Amino acid sequence: MSRRQTGSSEGTAPESGMASGRPWDNAVALVLKYNTVLIFLVMIALAASLSDVFFSEKNIFNLLRQVAGLATVGLGMLLVILTGGIDLSVGSLTALASVIAAYFLGSMPLLPALMLTIAISTLCGAVSGYLIAARNMAPFIATLAMMTIARGLAFIISKGSPIIIEDPTLNGFGSAYWMKIPLPVFVMIAIFALVAFILKFTVFGRMTAAIGSNETAVRLAGIRTGWYKFAVYCISGAFCAVAGIISTSRTGVGSPIVGTGAELDAIAAVVIGGASLNGGKGTAFNTLLGVLILGLIGNIMNLMNVPGYPQQVIKGLIIVFAVLLQGWQRRSDA
Amino acid sequence: MTESYRVEIINVSKSFRAVHALTDVSFNVKPGEIHALVGENGAGKSTLMKVLSGVYRKDSGTIKVDGKPVEIRSPHEGRQLGIGIVYQELALIPDLTAAENIFIKRLSGGWGLIDWRDLNQRAGELLRGVGFDIDPRRKVSHLSVAYQQIVEISRELSENVRVLILDEPTSVLAPREVEQLFTALQKLKAQGVGLVYISHRLDEIFRIADRITVLKDGAVVGTVLPGEVTPDNLISMMIGRRLSTLFPRRDCRIGEEVLRVEGLSRGSRIGNVSFAVRAGEVLGIAGLVGSGRSEIVRAVFGAEMIQKGKIVMADRPLKIRSPRDAVQSGIALVPENRKEQGVILTMPIRKNITMPNIRQVTGVMGIVRERKERRLAQQFAEKLQIKARDVDQEVADLSGGNQQKVVLAKWLSTNCRVILLDEPTRGVDVGAKVEIYNLINELAASGLGIVLISSEMMEIIGLCDRVMVLREGRVAGMLEKPGITEVNIMRLAVQGAGNGTAVALQTN
Repeated sequence: MSRRQTGSSEGTAPESGMASGRPWDNAVALVLKYNTVLIFLVMIALAASLSDVFFSEKNIFNLLRQVAGLATVGLGMLLVILTGGIDLSVGSLTALASVIAAYFLGSMPLLPALMLTIAISTLCGAVSGYLIAARNMAPFIATLAMMTIARGLAFIISKGSPIIIEDPTLNGFGSAYWMKIPLPVFVMIAIFALVAFILKFTVFGRMTAAIGSNETAVRLAGIRTGWYKFAVYCISGAFCAVAGIISTSRTGVGSPIVGTGAELDAIAAVVIGGASLNGGKGTAFNTLLGVLILGLIGNIMNLMNVPGYPQQVIKGLIIVFAVLLQGWQRRSDA
Repeated sequence: MTESYRVEIINVSKSFRAVHALTDVSFNVKPGEIHALVGENGAGKSTLMKVLSGVYRKDSGTIKVDGKPVEIRSPHEGRQLGIGIVYQELALIPDLTAAENIFIKRLSGGWGLIDWRDLNQRAGELLRGVGFDIDPRRKVSHLSVAYQQIVEISRELSENVRVLILDEPTSVLAPREVEQLFTALQKLKAQGVGLVYISHRLDEIFRIADRITVLKDGAVVGTVLPGEVTPDNLISMMIGRRLSTLFPRRDCRIGEEVLRVEGLSRGSRIGNVSFAVRAGEVLGIAGLVGSGRSEIVRAVFGAEMIQKGKIVMADRPLKIRSPRDAVQSGIALVPENRKEQGVILTMPIRKNITMPNIRQVTGVMGIVRERKERRLAQQFAEKLQIKARDVDQEVADLSGGNQQKVVLAKWLSTNCRVILLDEPTRGVDVGAKVEIYNLINELAASGLGIVLISSEMMEIIGLCDRVMVLREGRVAGMLEKPGITEVNIMRLAVQGAGNGTAVALQTN
């Protein structure tokens, strides 16, 4: 990607920004810097004041269980977005995984069935990744194609109706608890820890963000940028399988219609978490907060019996507000 | 009685933080005059023109347009005062037509509708006004570069421009196209437009300028008439200092050959280029812009495809298909465009330095050992005297010179044997330039083979042991130490291509 600058090479010194030591300015800067945390806290406070049952154990864990799938998919999306790409196929891959997991469970034991499901979903991600990294296809286009292909496959395999699963182990998993905490929440935490670790401590995480910041410079440093780009779509695919399996275990059916529009929720969560769609910027923690913020919006309004349609409008407004806040932050940085 | 000036700049100063970019500069343009502005890179030409066109605001001094003092606070206000500027890099929208580009800000005839016949007719008139019968309905991307430039000039004219600044207008033009541009400039002169002509090509300046002002280190050295001076006079006004002060001598112990390129070819851009670099040697690549200098080093580095040719390192032929292959063979590239290709601006110095050799500081499972990384980065930051708070500072916050040192540090931390430097001092201030020169000498002394591309003649002459001069993608000649002179280089670089004087200080 080329960012052409007009003008010549002389006079490289930029106009100096406003540096101020006044406490009020510092407070504003702090608020802008941690805007995702702030929005999250405001949502919590709002929820607590609007509803007595919000802080009940049942509600909190319900909320967490509901967002476990979105968090998983969103963290995969974060890796993709960090490279400057996008993955539109995550919703469809979730559905495909949900269906094939149920389908395989009809004929084989639990573990191989789940392994196979993850493998197939990863393979779908690999196809997108190959098209993007090796064939230079635009991520939007490649994953758009994968989105309709995967959804179609999900319908073909399920013949258009949900596949009911008989396996009691998986059936129980989605709604089971350990130490009063729903099991899908542990999956979510594990995925979060994994992604946070990758981004903070590993070469893979380093290169992923570096590619999104300046792919040319990374390639000219002798790094195989294509390989990393390929890998993030594989990971995203694998995470979709996890989300699909969670969905199947929670509902007891493999359904071809789960995850409709989930790609947009996942992108929204990453963006609310302060990541840049141009790549290079974003953290696992903030993405998790973004997911929780989206979950909270739904949760609060459900508690207050707001119908579904206004919920969508408010969700949209909050996304706009969050991104506006980040815009202010960027300007105050400059 | 005062002479009338289209624009008059009186004692203008401008500094960026501690750097004085312009000091007490006075400069003026008469109606119907071509006033050439010359000086080395970093002399302040572009800064002065940016102050005049409103991109930068002056710190002190006066600017008068047609005798009236004005404050130019933005490019928009500059435009309104009749000051237009055509940058070296054309700023046209390739998929729109000539007419659309010319009237880009005022496409509509009213109600948001476009009256195509009127638009094309007015554009045609403007184009013919500068002497060109270009079809205004043609897409700009289908026009030659010279014609695109005419379109851009016409766009400025469409806003009733009184002073037109041309920043290196001929650097992208073929000799025949230069003639076309000059025709247009003569027409503008006749219309009473004041022209500021920035160029490094002295032969052009002597042909068309009415007056010449020389800038050096942000101050005016003098304003002269072309009849009063020789090109040599002008060059010494521009340089103003002896080479030896900038380029310390080094005792070159040149060793074995480290890299040999044989018969490198790529389409029409690179034709059968062969050369070799030895350990401890600085090989210069000189030539005009577009002569294939960057393409060659990029091809050697695997950043561009090679169609034919061999790259041999220590008698072993290399297969280089990607930058990765090159890096693993011990070849490093400091690319031409630092910000877009050299550094990752949003990352700290530390992460930039360890980018190509991250494995040196990783443990099991690709986990980066930050302590070790910081130590390695610190070691090279100190060695190269990178001025920064610490190695965790973002590269975006550093000056151009320090950013360039980060790029160098990145490669020094790998154990490379050949460094390809593509315009390593572009956009770097004079102090940092000298540091980079010293560094190049040190690297050569430590036994690396160095290939240096530079458009600054002084650097090529001051630093290189041998110079390969290119012309249109082919080797025009090899010069050895006593024969490396400006005249010899320029003769090879332009031979057969131009007429006129052979002297042209080509610095951008």
